[in-house]
Amino acid sequence: MSAYETVIGLEVHVELSTATKLFCGCANEFGAEPNTNICPVCLGLPGSLPVLNERVVEYALRIGEALHCEVLARSIFHRKNYFYPDMPKDFQTSQYDEPICADGWIEVDGARIGIERAHMEEDTGKSTHVGGGGRIHDADHSLVDYNRAGVPLMEIVSRPEITSAEQARGYVTELRAILLAIGVSDVKMEEGSMRVDANVSIRPVGATELGTKVEIKNMNSIRSLGRAIEYEIERQTLQADAGERIVQETRHWDEEAGVTHGMRSKEGSSDYRYFPEPDLVPVAPTPEMRAAAIAAVPELPAAQRARLVAEWGISEHDARVIVATPGLAAYAQGAVDALAGGTAKDVVNWATGELLAHGNETGAEPADWALDPAGLAELVGLVAEGAISRGQAKEVLTGSLAGEGSPREVADARGLAQVSDEGALGSIIDDVLAANADAVEEYRSGDDKARKKKRGFLMGEAMKASKGQGNPQLLNRLLDERLG
Amino acid sequence: MASALDLAAAVRSGARSARSVTEEHLAAIDAREGEIHAFNLVTRDEALAAADAVDAAVARGEDPGPLAGVPVALKDNLCTRGVPTTCSSRILEGWRPPYDATVVERVLAAGGIPVGKTNLDEFAMGSSTENSAFGPTRNPRDTSRVPGGSSGGSAAAVAAGFAPLALGSDTGGSIRQPAALCGVVGVKPTYGAVSRYGLVAFASSLDQIGPFAATVDDAALLLDVISGHDRRDSTSIDAPPTALLGDGADVAGLRVGIASELTDADGIAPEVRVAVERAAAALEAAGASVERVSVPSTVYGLSAYYLIAPAEASSNLARYDGVRYGLRVEGADVEEMNAATRDAGFGPEVKRRIMLGTYALSAGYYDAYYGQAQRVRTLIMRDFAAAYELCDVLLSPTAPTTAFAFGAKTADPLAMYLSDICTIPTNLAGHPAMSVPFGLGADGLPIGVQVLAPALGEATMFRAARVVEAAGVAS
Repeated sequence: MSAYETVIGLEVHVELSTATKLFCGCANEFGAEPNTNICPVCLGLPGSLPVLNERVVEYALRIGEALHCEVLARSIFHRKNYFYPDMPKDFQTSQYDEPICADGWIEVDGARIGIERAHMEEDTGKSTHVGGGGRIHDADHSLVDYNRAGVPLMEIVSRPEITSAEQARGYVTELRAILLAIGVSDVKMEEGSMRVDANVSIRPVGATELGTKVEIKNMNSIRSLGRAIEYEIERQTLQADAGERIVQETRHWDEEAGVTHGMRSKEGSSDYRYFPEPDLVPVAPTPEMRAAAIAAVPELPAAQRARLVAEWGISEHDARVIVATPGLAAYAQGAVDALAGGTAKDVVNWATGELLAHGNETGAEPADWALDPAGLAELVGLVAEGAISRGQAKEVLTGSLAGEGSPREVADARGLAQVSDEGALGSIIDDVLAANADAVEEYRSGDDKARKKKRGFLMGEAMKASKGQGNPQLLNRLLDERLG
Repeated sequence: MASALDLAAAVRSGARSARSVTEEHLAAIDAREGEIHAFNLVTRDEALAAADAVDAAVARGEDPGPLAGVPVALKDNLCTRGVPTTCSSRILEGWRPPYDATVVERVLAAGGIPVGKTNLDEFAMGSSTENSAFGPTRNPRDTSRVPGGSSGGSAAAVAAGFAPLALGSDTGGSIRQPAALCGVVGVKPTYGAVSRYGLVAFASSLDQIGPFAATVDDAALLLDVISGHDRRDSTSIDAPPTALLGDGADVAGLRVGIASELTDADGIAPEVRVAVERAAAALEAAGASVERVSVPSTVYGLSAYYLIAPAEASSNLARYDGVRYGLRVEGADVEEMNAATRDAGFGPEVKRRIMLGTYALSAGYYDAYYGQAQRVRTLIMRDFAAAYELCDVLLSPTAPTTAFAFGAKTADPLAMYLSDICTIPTNLAGHPAMSVPFGLGADGLPIGVQVLAPALGEATMFRAARVVEAAGVAS
């Protein structure tokens, strides 16, 4: 048992998926040619002025509602002043002491984690450092792409109430699921549309004061977030045990080496000289906007999971996978709604198994799979009615996903059908028993172990004789009847 | 000299061509610009092309608009598409904006002819146009004197007859003070009345664009054209402006207050104070009532202004870092490049204000400086609101003295700052105010009287200004 306890606070930056940027009409899209989605406003050209995108406020209100926050009747923007080449105005327009949302919470595996605040701000451009050491201070030169400059962000700051790497992962997983459900972001950590910084500190068990916090950055998946926090707890524990002082600093997670590195620290602490943004007016959402935001928040993931467990009879784990995977819940719901035979549980088994694997391999969203929800319902029906075996169904699924047609079409085209004719299967078994009289004899005279072994052998022979198309339940029954 | 109103009427009726009007003013520029240096750039070809377009419209039987064929000089901190916009700073040398400021669009749409970009104190920081990186402008009334500033080039352009109209910007008096020193009319409108989109920012919460003209009615003509809501400026007022031109109402029953603290301040020349008294008497003779009114907290205006304006400027001017446009001086790494560029690109007054503002916003000092200045600003608004319970308009000097000599105040920044002591409080309050010429001082140079009004009180302010103007001409 460690003599320390861990205190973690998470700062999550989420790019909102509005059509246009925070303060101008430029397209907000990922992956465009560098410096094509830019204008005088997001380039911060002299004389340009920002105009707040009302859709961003709508999304912020939705987030506030989903995170149980208090939404402020009046919030304002501030300027955060510091020089950086990918920030066109050399200040970031952000919210400071009057954010749009404050004091919320989300539930993570039964524990309530507080949300201190959620505020709107603009994203920066993206620098690429070329040659030399590849970092800003030692590169030969740097290229800046301002397409991302001015993209709307929500920064969601948790209270320092997270106590382990596992809980941090759970928090981000749940937050991600909520943001996905309310349709405000595509929350892709790999593409940077969701970025998580962790403030980690340790303190003696039972202490009331917080220890010195270290901020860790550059985790590009929930898994690496967990690894980075675990590493950092270990590092701080070793340091504390050795009697060394923990330095307040920002550390960079190195995914390959599995360690955090101290970043080049600036001389002195930075002073952002926040002051109210004079080019914008206060944000004061109307009652209509508030009502619209509340109406736009659908069933949240926790409630949805509970409902799926109860209605579909699936496990908590499967419900979690279904709800947390973008587009998968809607897909599964579509299939369940279209079921003619089989159960919701069958649908979920396919969805969380082969189909999810397919999605991960190809990167395609459920809505884009060649097998649509009605097709999955058809596949489940074919298995349920015994037309194809589960093994054949996997082959059919592969064909459907490859665009060969609906499950029925694929099964027909590939000649996949399960033989459920009792007479035909009976004569196959009769032939097998006749050809393997020794095995039948050993079965009849053997102990339990030998009987089990011989029965398995005979069943295998029968399946082989049916060219793998025999209905296994039927073959089993007929074999048992004949073996007596 | 023909008024802008007369010229536009002549062009609209076909009596004169826009080209001839433009050529006449370009000739006036050719004759005297070498001596005055009102312009950083004269856009001769663009002006003639715009004039020809106006003439073509007239030929087709179309109305080119209320500014038809009238040359307009533009302060060189207003963005003009494809035309260099320097703010009289080395740091922006060579930069050509890819867009027009909203006011420039409106001038063009009204048939106005931009003739050039006028000189200013670098980034509009100054009161004499001596802080221009491209050399000072001379006062056309006496070339040994400054034209005032920061919009000295625009004021001089109108005073010298280079253009009947000009646009300037006023953050603490930068339209009104040079208007007074050059003997022309200059208006700072209500904050938000004119879009700031395309005005290179100095202090965003104080900056406002306004007109210069030889007469009050010409100023009204241009202000009518540029006023009105613009969705590209979030601080622009979303209400249709009242037309100022053709307002025939008189001043009978108008309550006029002489703002005591602004009129009796130290450093106000007695002859300037007398001009204010005489302007008040003229209003009284025209049927207004006159009394003295106190606006006590305005005495703290200068101090509050020199915290708020530099604070905002320190942030607004951060973008001149050598990365994207304008000057770049290379360095070993990006921070050195930033520092070297800004060191070479900014003049001493701009650096002084960036440092002042950076300090005022620093952790530990914010509340004592920036926070305190904002509280003073609230007090000034409250005091003005109380004064406007008693009065409809206020009068005061525009500037403490007539135009001063070159170099008279350059060694002492504080003395220079005091040039704006009468104009600054209205910027802090967001109210309109204008300077109207009112006779000459003992040195034969113009004196300006300032007419102040509450927010959106432009119509009343112009009514009073017409009476002051007439009395000034008669004096």
